[in-house]
Amino acid sequence: MSGLAASVLFVADGLVQARGLRKRFGDFEAVRGVDVDVARGEVFGFLGPNGAGKSSTMRMIACVSPRSEGALQVLGMDPDVDGPRIRARIGVVPQLDNLDTELTVRQNLQIYGRYFGLSRAHVRAKATELLEFAQLTERADDPVEPLSGGMKRRLTIARALVNEPELLLLDEPTTGLDPQARHLLWERLYRLKREGVTQIITTHYMDEAEQLCDRLVVMDGGVIVAEGSPAELIERYSTREVLELRFDPALRPAPDALARLAERVEELPDRLLLYTADGEHTHAEVARAGFVPLSALVRRSSLEDVFLRLTGRTLVD
Amino acid sequence: MTAQVPAPPAPPALLRLLPAGSYAGRSRALLLRSATASRRAWLAFVSGFFEPVFYLVAMGQGLGSLVGVLPGPDGAPISYAAFIAPGLLAASAMNGAVFDSTFNVFFKLKYGRLYEAMLSTPLGPVDIALGEIGWALIRGGLYALGFLSVMAGFGLLVSPWALLALPAALVVAFAFAAVGMAATSYMRSWQDFDLVTLAILPMFLFSTTFYPLSVYPRWLQLVVEFLPLFHAVELMRGLTTGAVHLGMVGHLAYFLVMIVVGVTVASRRLDVLLLR
Repeated sequence: MSGLAASVLFVADGLVQARGLRKRFGDFEAVRGVDVDVARGEVFGFLGPNGAGKSSTMRMIACVSPRSEGALQVLGMDPDVDGPRIRARIGVVPQLDNLDTELTVRQNLQIYGRYFGLSRAHVRAKATELLEFAQLTERADDPVEPLSGGMKRRLTIARALVNEPELLLLDEPTTGLDPQARHLLWERLYRLKREGVTQIITTHYMDEAEQLCDRLVVMDGGVIVAEGSPAELIERYSTREVLELRFDPALRPAPDALARLAERVEELPDRLLLYTADGEHTHAEVARAGFVPLSALVRRSSLEDVFLRLTGRTLVD
Repeated sequence: MTAQVPAPPAPPALLRLLPAGSYAGRSRALLLRSATASRRAWLAFVSGFFEPVFYLVAMGQGLGSLVGVLPGPDGAPISYAAFIAPGLLAASAMNGAVFDSTFNVFFKLKYGRLYEAMLSTPLGPVDIALGEIGWALIRGGLYALGFLSVMAGFGLLVSPWALLALPAALVVAFAFAAVGMAATSYMRSWQDFDLVTLAILPMFLFSTTFYPLSVYPRWLQLVVEFLPLFHAVELMRGLTTGAVHLGMVGHLAYFLVMIVVGVTVASRRLDVLLLR
């Protein structure tokens, strides 16, 4: 009974604890042994490309997908045994909006609250409060369909808050939104964090992970390849700065030719990335060595660079 | 404001046989949802009421003037309208329930992803199956009540037994809704709904709705006696004309089997489809 032994080792204050978590769909193994601890009050991220196993992991935590193997505790309970009890205390924002198109904006919040067994008076007051939070008060009695993508997302998040969850699960919260809508959404998520709501976010946007997450794991091919805060990960797996060089394809030097000028060189289809502590200095060195790029850009390292280092691939194709 | 999210109660003994977490005892929340949603779609609701009334007027009064009288369930002659009215009553209970549990459920399952949203709450697949079937049943029951009032208006309810036609219609609606929802869980696209029409329309026409079983040769009678709507029509016709006999328990048993099989299959399928 190794599963039982593992669950005994769990400490009580973590909201989510997973050990050796696996998910199989027939012959395909989407999650291949994941260990995760999420503490109360933190914003925890799963960063990885599409198909990394982030959503499958989230669905297991949300108690809507039975695990194939491993130990999992959410709010100190086992999803296989206490699914409904756990779901009563968490909020879920799915990857694709699944709002009730036969109901109005306000009714979406009220009826969803009723699924949690909340009283009619309670959900009525709560809906008004959440409409304010989602900045949808003016649209309260409109149907859902004509809302913009950002509004639907905000409504979906407001809906997930109707039961005042201790843990909020957000699966790719800003995918498909324009920059303005994303920033508004991030601001709302910050506010929830300040109010002490623990959040787990999956994303394939490195800027989102950097903006929102206290701590994150990088997932690839169903396993965790690195774990830490965004700053820690960048420090551990990348250099302070990156020099991006674009060349005329005919005159593009082999990466090896530039290797001595930087700590590390990555080759992408359209550019070369030179990892270095001082980008401007390296830029000068490149010019002195006689290379003539079409353009050069110095920037800070990001989680994208961490991901590239760890997997040899970019996050968003 | 603090939430008072009540923990879902432990399921009743019978339902403990189902996988843990499949029933939170809150199917009523789904009824509330359907009632709220139908406030905006009341026209579809009303049209379902008029359909059998049109049939009754066209066939019962129009065609009935040519047909005259027919032998009733107990052999006593009854008017053609009195003969077909219970058939139409059974058919309207069937139609309301089937429409709700197939087209509406399929849309929510495939496009609205509505059940997915519900399963993120304490609700489980059994709550959803019972809630949706329950709504189809209420709708079928309301159609039946409306049609029974019309029958009363035309003087077609000649026996006090007719009072039992309403609960009987609810049983019929429940059975068709349960089986309809179970069938819907196997459908892949809208094309598959042609099969629903293919099942419902001939059943409506040939299950002794418009003429007695005796017009068929024996082998065809056996086929018709196998159809669920035939049992519904027999049940209704016996009750509205007062020709009540013990054999009706058999008709009820037919529907109880449909209910048990339908609810079980529908819940299991929702589990398989959504909780992967």
